Amino acid sequence: MSHASTYKPGNGFEKWLDDRLPLVRLAHDSFVDFPTPKNLNYWYTFGGILTVCLVVQIITGVVLAMHYTPHTDMAFASVEHIMRDVNYGWLMRYVHANGASMFFIAVYIHMFRGIYYGSYKAPREILWMLGVVIYLLMMATAFMGYVLPWGQMSYWGATVITNLFSAIPLIGDDIRTLLWGGFSVDNPTLNRFFSLHYLLPFAIFGVVVLHVWALHVPGNNNPAGVEVKDVKKDTVPFHPYYTVKDSFAIVVFLILFAAFVFFNPNALGHADNYIEANPLSTPASIVPEWYYLPFYAILRAVTFDIGPISSKLGGVIAMFGSILILFVLPWLDTSKVRSMRYRPVARMWFFLFVISCIALGYLGGKPAEGTYVIFSQLFTAYYFAFFLIILPLLGIMETSKPLPRSIAESVLKNKSPDAPPGVQPAPAE
Amino acid sequence: MNMTKIFRTLFIVVLACLTGVTAGHAAGGKAKKLEHQHWHFAGPFGTYDQESLQRGFQVYETVCSSCHGLELLSFRNLGQKGGPFYLASCPAGIPEGIDCSNPNDNPVVKAIAENYKFQITDGPDDYGDMFQRAALPSDSFPGPFANDAIARLANNNALPPDLSLIAKARHGGADYIYSLLTGYVDPPSTVEVSPGQYYNPYFPGDMSQALKPEYIDEEGHAREGVEVPLGGVLAMAPPLQDGIIEYADGSPQTVEQYSKDVSEFLMWAAEPKMEARKSLGVMSLIYLVILAALLYWSNRKIWSNVKK
Repeated sequence: MSHASTYKPGNGFEKWLDDRLPLVRLAHDSFVDFPTPKNLNYWYTFGGILTVCLVVQIITGVVLAMHYTPHTDMAFASVEHIMRDVNYGWLMRYVHANGASMFFIAVYIHMFRGIYYGSYKAPREILWMLGVVIYLLMMATAFMGYVLPWGQMSYWGATVITNLFSAIPLIGDDIRTLLWGGFSVDNPTLNRFFSLHYLLPFAIFGVVVLHVWALHVPGNNNPAGVEVKDVKKDTVPFHPYYTVKDSFAIVVFLILFAAFVFFNPNALGHADNYIEANPLSTPASIVPEWYYLPFYAILRAVTFDIGPISSKLGGVIAMFGSILILFVLPWLDTSKVRSMRYRPVARMWFFLFVISCIALGYLGGKPAEGTYVIFSQLFTAYYFAFFLIILPLLGIMETSKPLPRSIAESVLKNKSPDAPPGVQPAPAE
Repeated sequence: MNMTKIFRTLFIVVLACLTGVTAGHAAGGKAKKLEHQHWHFAGPFGTYDQESLQRGFQVYETVCSSCHGLELLSFRNLGQKGGPFYLASCPAGIPEGIDCSNPNDNPVVKAIAENYKFQITDGPDDYGDMFQRAALPSDSFPGPFANDAIARLANNNALPPDLSLIAKARHGGADYIYSLLTGYVDPPSTVEVSPGQYYNPYFPGDMSQALKPEYIDEEGHAREGVEVPLGGVLAMAPPLQDGIIEYADGSPQTVEQYSKDVSEFLMWAAEPKMEARKSLGVMSLIYLVILAALLYWSNRKIWSNVKK
């Protein structure tokens, strides 16, 4: 939260610098003496974990780009050159490839945490929307990165996804031609994807700076969902309390990361991507990376035309809509209570939403036939209903549990259940 | 009217509708479950069995290499640490001052390259002509065919895949290769296999296309009671037979042993840095676990003075 600066320049140079460019002051006020609610749990460590993921991806990616050749005839072999002949090239590539998966595991937990604790509600709408922008950029970056090794799944995944854009009325074909740089996925496509794959992470980095800025204006939300009332009682300085707590969480996360990189580096990939791209041979099934599967299921769930909208366009609208709807989530959720800790009914619907997302992920990896399609349609319907019907109605109709008066009280209440109940929020009806 | 109650009831209804995704689902074109082998390289501490790798290379060189290339590997890879012919120190008879752990000076690797069944097409020379020469450790493995068109011509229009990455490019990896090589059987009586094609229950394919006419109904589906055999047909004839390769170390000269050795070799070919990866992994995990423990206790200590 915005607070008076407590930074005191330690020596002459710091004083000199502080008068000209208060960089150290900014860092001190943002990451050392920043007052942070003292009740944050481990679900709140994923912001730090995601920062580590981004830095790891950029460092390994820059090294990989030194050895990679973005040409359809040489890309596949250059990746194998990295794996076989570049010193620790196998490590760089496996960290980068698994790092993408780890990044998405962390971002999904981070997003579900945001929804559960109502972290998108006023005054944090911009913070949440910047997060959605980062997520969209991540999706684009990961997709283009997956194309670069130029294996069978790279090629056919790129073909399927770029073809989606042709469903857009009037300008769709032109957009697709622009994406391809020609009339099929070919060398120009690979080159522009490589260029953009190198560019976008720095764009992500820029939006992350805005995201942290937007976090530091209102300050952290917290599991109780009540604002800081008394900085002394409710908060602790970010350092050392959360630097150490986050570090512990980061290292535990790195253990999971290392287990994949060193002992099962291909578990999250697809065997077909070790076959060089062949435009004349379509794989038996084209499956995207696991982190796209829920959206792939939503895309394929629309199997019927709706008036003038073809099933293909309908699927594309549903797929992009499922992400874009997150932008308006702060206004769809009408409840005044932030944390679902005090919204027992909303909490059940939330867990059902999580289950739906996982089920859609499972269904996205299955062939689009028979009962799989029907279940995809059911879960897709629930996905949208959660945002468009349940959250707006629940906020008006549900009865929430009494909120604690302050963060300090919520912390104490966890210890003694007999503590007097707090204030009841005024019902919105 | 109690909205909470209504929402609770609705919730149970929706939950009931959504459960049951696990409904069974049968699709055509299934392959037989792979024969699972115990591999020396399996597990977090697994390493390649060097003797098996050497025999596997012998199988590749004698049999597989007649049709399948290994283009992503060079002869020098055979002598790298973890490779089939890696030498930590020189055998007797090698002059002083030579470091046999360097693959380019490894006498076994040099001999294999020099005597390999295919030569390297090099050039152009000063007259502009290409010429043939014996391979060096630095050369990549020369393949059996000059190009894909010639490979197809020699193989009944089928293209034998390069084997450099085959163990990672197929579901099941080494188990798949082993199962396929040992799995050739006569086709069931319900199917007709065209000449030049061979039935294998482990090969991913769709045998419903090969059913004899009397087992198919008007719409081209299998008649009731007719079971579509597992697996598929491929253009590769059963490549191995008992006794066709002579092992110098007294290992059994059976299709099973040949298949096991060549599968191990091809796994190494696809993942030659596996041993380095796993040993670095063990060190990394030990480091991370100790670091996590230190941070855990630091965190507890730091938070101990906060009123909770």
